[in-house]
Amino acid sequence: MSLLSIMLVASGSVAAAGGAVGAGIAALGAGVGIGQIGKGAVEAIARQPEAMGDIRANMILMAAFVEGVALFGVIVGLLAIVL
Amino acid sequence: MLDSCLSISFLWHNFSVVPAKKNFFLNLKPISLHKISKRVMSYKRLFSLLVLTFAVFGASFFAVAQNEGAEKKEPATAEAKGGEENGKLDVAKVIFGHIADAHEWHLFTIKHEGGEPTHVSFPLPVIIYNSSKGLAVFSSSKVAEGASYEGYHIEKSLMKEHIISEDGSSFYDLSITKNVLSMLIGVAILLLVLLKAGKKYNTNGSMKAPSGFQNFLEVVVIFIRDEVAKPCLGNKYVRYMPLLLTIFFFVWINNLLGLLPGGANFTGNIAVTSCLALLSFIVILANSKKHFWSHLLNPPGVPGWMKPMLVLIEIVSLFIKPMALMIRLFANIMAGHIVILALICIVFIFAAINTFVGAGFVPVSLAFAIFMFFLELLVGAIQAFIFANLTAVFIGQAIEEPHDAHHEEEHETGIIL
Repeated sequence: MSLLSIMLVASGSVAAAGGAVGAGIAALGAGVGIGQIGKGAVEAIARQPEAMGDIRANMILMAAFVEGVALFGVIVGLLAIVL
Repeated sequence: MLDSCLSISFLWHNFSVVPAKKNFFLNLKPISLHKISKRVMSYKRLFSLLVLTFAVFGASFFAVAQNEGAEKKEPATAEAKGGEENGKLDVAKVIFGHIADAHEWHLFTIKHEGGEPTHVSFPLPVIIYNSSKGLAVFSSSKVAEGASYEGYHIEKSLMKEHIISEDGSSFYDLSITKNVLSMLIGVAILLLVLLKAGKKYNTNGSMKAPSGFQNFLEVVVIFIRDEVAKPCLGNKYVRYMPLLLTIFFFVWINNLLGLLPGGANFTGNIAVTSCLALLSFIVILANSKKHFWSHLLNPPGVPGWMKPMLVLIEIVSLFIKPMALMIRLFANIMAGHIVILALICIVFIFAAINTFVGAGFVPVSLAFAIFMFFLELLVGAIQAFIFANLTAVFIGQAIEEPHDAHHEEEHETGIIL
């Protein structure tokens, strides 16, 4: 109960902390995702160096998708702070 | 906090090193088994990392909440315009002031010792249509700084500014705001460049070697045709090339204009991206074939009791596609702007502690900001490409004709969020 009242008093700061934590977790997920993409791409290039151009283009595209999902998280975190 | 970070890295180390070594030394298993064990291990690793993260954050979160509760809300008092009060910078206000739309194009502010600061900005036309009072057109300098003109004044909040009618009547605000002007400049540049290049094809024919800027445009147009339109749309691609090229060039030029110092945050505005997404959604729906709807509303080869659920999911996914298009572009561009602005604001945050610390931080901050600028150049092009590409993919799904017998082959492109 005391914790609840403390959180109610500091609700603005809690929202800010929540937004920051959310953005951090989104970045964590994106880091894992882009890491996996980079790993896959480097392995693929090592196996087939002649397909490097295609693989690199696809890698950038996929990284942009992952980044997009991470930015959804960032935007939601931002909204938690601002709204 | 530091020791918890250390423990994470330590555990992570343990998890990652030990099984890899075991596999490496044994190395007797056939390749498939080896792969499976690796995959299971990687999921386990990921899961343990997530659990650890949540645990650590949960613990520190309560600590923060209690500290904040003790301190109470001491800031958030007087907020002056320009985001400054007593030489202290309100970072949120500065950042949102840069990314928000405005009725004037603000360039910079000159501060005088002990006097009122001078705002250097271009006034833009304010156009208001009021059903009772009629059309009102005036310069935004008349309503600057909260002044009132013809019964209207501007109210600013953190994210955006509104024109308020003082007699409470409703009206349409059709002003040429900063974003609108930026879009018009982008469109003017596009018309200038593309019409000039198009004229060259008309006069010289397509067989003569391109010259000047035509070289660059031809590469981009052929890239869109060969990498986006043909793989997604098959032999009917010619019909959709104007749409795809328009989307690509429009988004790209506005992304680049937004990166100019003093530029507007046009594609990082959710109204803009929602209109673009709505446009591609309308094209998808208008061109959709019977095959698309029959698969959506009556998926073949599915047991009857599952159909309602699948149809629901399919309908939701139909609307999620343009939503994802909208949010992806908006979030990418706006986050890029915020990161650049935050990196530059770091200098002033440190300067508030000590002038020399701030000055010492300038090269670091500038280096990061320049790196982000280059990254944003890349992101601007990639996002334009992705918007065009996904529009092509979705149109391709909608115009797909039924194959003869093999219904299984069609599901190559999964849901892309």
